[in-house]
Amino acid sequence: MKGSNNKKVLPGFGISLGFTLFYLSLIVLIPLAGIFFKSFELTWAEFWAAVTNPRVLASYRISFGSALWAGLINAVFGLLIAWVLVRYRFPGKKLIDSLVDIPFALPTAVAGIALTTIYAKSGWIGSLLDPLGIKIAYTQAGITIALIFIGLPFVVRTVQPVLQDFEREMEDAAATLGAYRFRTFRKVILPELMPALLTGFALAFARGIGEYGSVVFISGNMPMKTEIAPLLIMTKLEQYDYAGATAIAAVMLIVSFILLLIINLLQWRMQRKAAANA
Amino acid sequence: MAGAVTVFSKEDVKRPKHSTEHPVVQWLLIGLALLFLALVVLLPLASVFVEALRKGVGVYIDALTEPDALSALKLTLIVALIAVPANTIFGVAAAWAISKFKFRGKNFLITLIDLPFAVSPVIAGLIYMLMFGAQGFFGPWLSDNGIQIMFAVPGIVLATIFVTVPFVARELIPLMQAQGVQEEEAASVLGAKGWSIFWRVTLPNIKWGLLYGVILSNARAMGEFGAVSVVSGHIRGQTNTLPLHVEILYNEYQFSASFAVASLLVMLAVVTLIVKAIVERKSSSH
Repeated sequence: MKGSNNKKVLPGFGISLGFTLFYLSLIVLIPLAGIFFKSFELTWAEFWAAVTNPRVLASYRISFGSALWAGLINAVFGLLIAWVLVRYRFPGKKLIDSLVDIPFALPTAVAGIALTTIYAKSGWIGSLLDPLGIKIAYTQAGITIALIFIGLPFVVRTVQPVLQDFEREMEDAAATLGAYRFRTFRKVILPELMPALLTGFALAFARGIGEYGSVVFISGNMPMKTEIAPLLIMTKLEQYDYAGATAIAAVMLIVSFILLLIINLLQWRMQRKAAANA
Repeated sequence: MAGAVTVFSKEDVKRPKHSTEHPVVQWLLIGLALLFLALVVLLPLASVFVEALRKGVGVYIDALTEPDALSALKLTLIVALIAVPANTIFGVAAAWAISKFKFRGKNFLITLIDLPFAVSPVIAGLIYMLMFGAQGFFGPWLSDNGIQIMFAVPGIVLATIFVTVPFVARELIPLMQAQGVQEEEAASVLGAKGWSIFWRVTLPNIKWGLLYGVILSNARAMGEFGAVSVVSGHIRGQTNTLPLHVEILYNEYQFSASFAVASLLVMLAVVTLIVKAIVERKSSSH
């Protein structure tokens, strides 16, 4: 940071940091801690029984599995979209670039009903796939499509700036030394993009495992088959099974914390690298 | 070539063989990217308007002007009017502390601010249920004193604030870190006091980023579904926000009405992105 002993010169450190911590504690930290307090009301055996119930395990498998598939597909197509937007020129590029942000700004419930309508049997795409025996809405493929929608901007927007700052000299050097284009991409470009790509994937994955609004409409919500973990929390709450809901939530929270930690570590590494290159 | 003023755009510079893709490959990749975006993003967007107008403009307008829709719109606006300013004040304070001062645990604090991004919206609703619900930690005390938070407006506001906590802060922190502290220090040395430094020096520098942070958190506040769904109780005409109204209509098979209300939210998203484009142009021209 520029400016050495700025604590003395600029005002407002105590009040701004104090307010930040107070607000975060009140809105985020204390309520979140409630999840763990509530979980402690269960004995270990009860907690274990609640989170390893077959229906709960199936919901984890569906949530994590769909989020993983969606994250991987987004990693591939997100990289492709970022590449095309940074490297090539074509008409309507600005508009396409804005389109990538739609999933950030569009309410999830709207995405949910729209995707369901398109991919249902009678929908624009569903009706094309139905004669081929492919069903998307009300299957795990539908859940994955919703999570692809939700996660896409995370990958594009983390890869794009890195690709923009990429030193083309390295590619040119590789090409001059006789490397073919794909080999240059694989050996020179991809390794440089990897931290950003991983961060984008992790962000999309983390968002995907918790996603609710866009998924509930397209998933069909069949227990053991297309019931995601957040929906099961919802169902338990409606049955006044607060402890059961909390136990499922506690497991999901721990996974989210670990993912957040990994994402932050990746981002610090990227920042350090960027600072070292500058 | 030194001193020559010919300006090459990066693409015009002749590159060695193999250092870019064959035009056919380029167009294939562009086509594939556009196809993917069309299938995943553009078609759903277009379908909202097609479905909304399927039964004619009359049904569309009726869906938007019936009392339940209007009360949902009103509640959505009230919630955003409370949640967005609260998170804006928080975001500015957090960004000021983080970008203008050195202290230990700064990276940890940034991670904490990000936390709501990583938490499922359903869990965001659940935590307030555990605090203020009938069986919650404060539930008995609240009901003794006749205060209702869950299944009422305060719960919806709280859940919305939780979900949108990071947006303004996340927009401002990198911006203010990049700007450093010299201008503020200069103002301070010249005798300016706390608020006037912020209003006259910092705010003009961050106004576009702040505007985008506010607009984005507004879009998220108005569109939040999962968290609000847990705490609202879905009481028609009372605790229904626009996204919940969309859900109810959809589940009642009133598809055209549902998509009509949804189209309002699509327009909100589009306006948000237009503002983003303007902000980016303004800040890059500076």
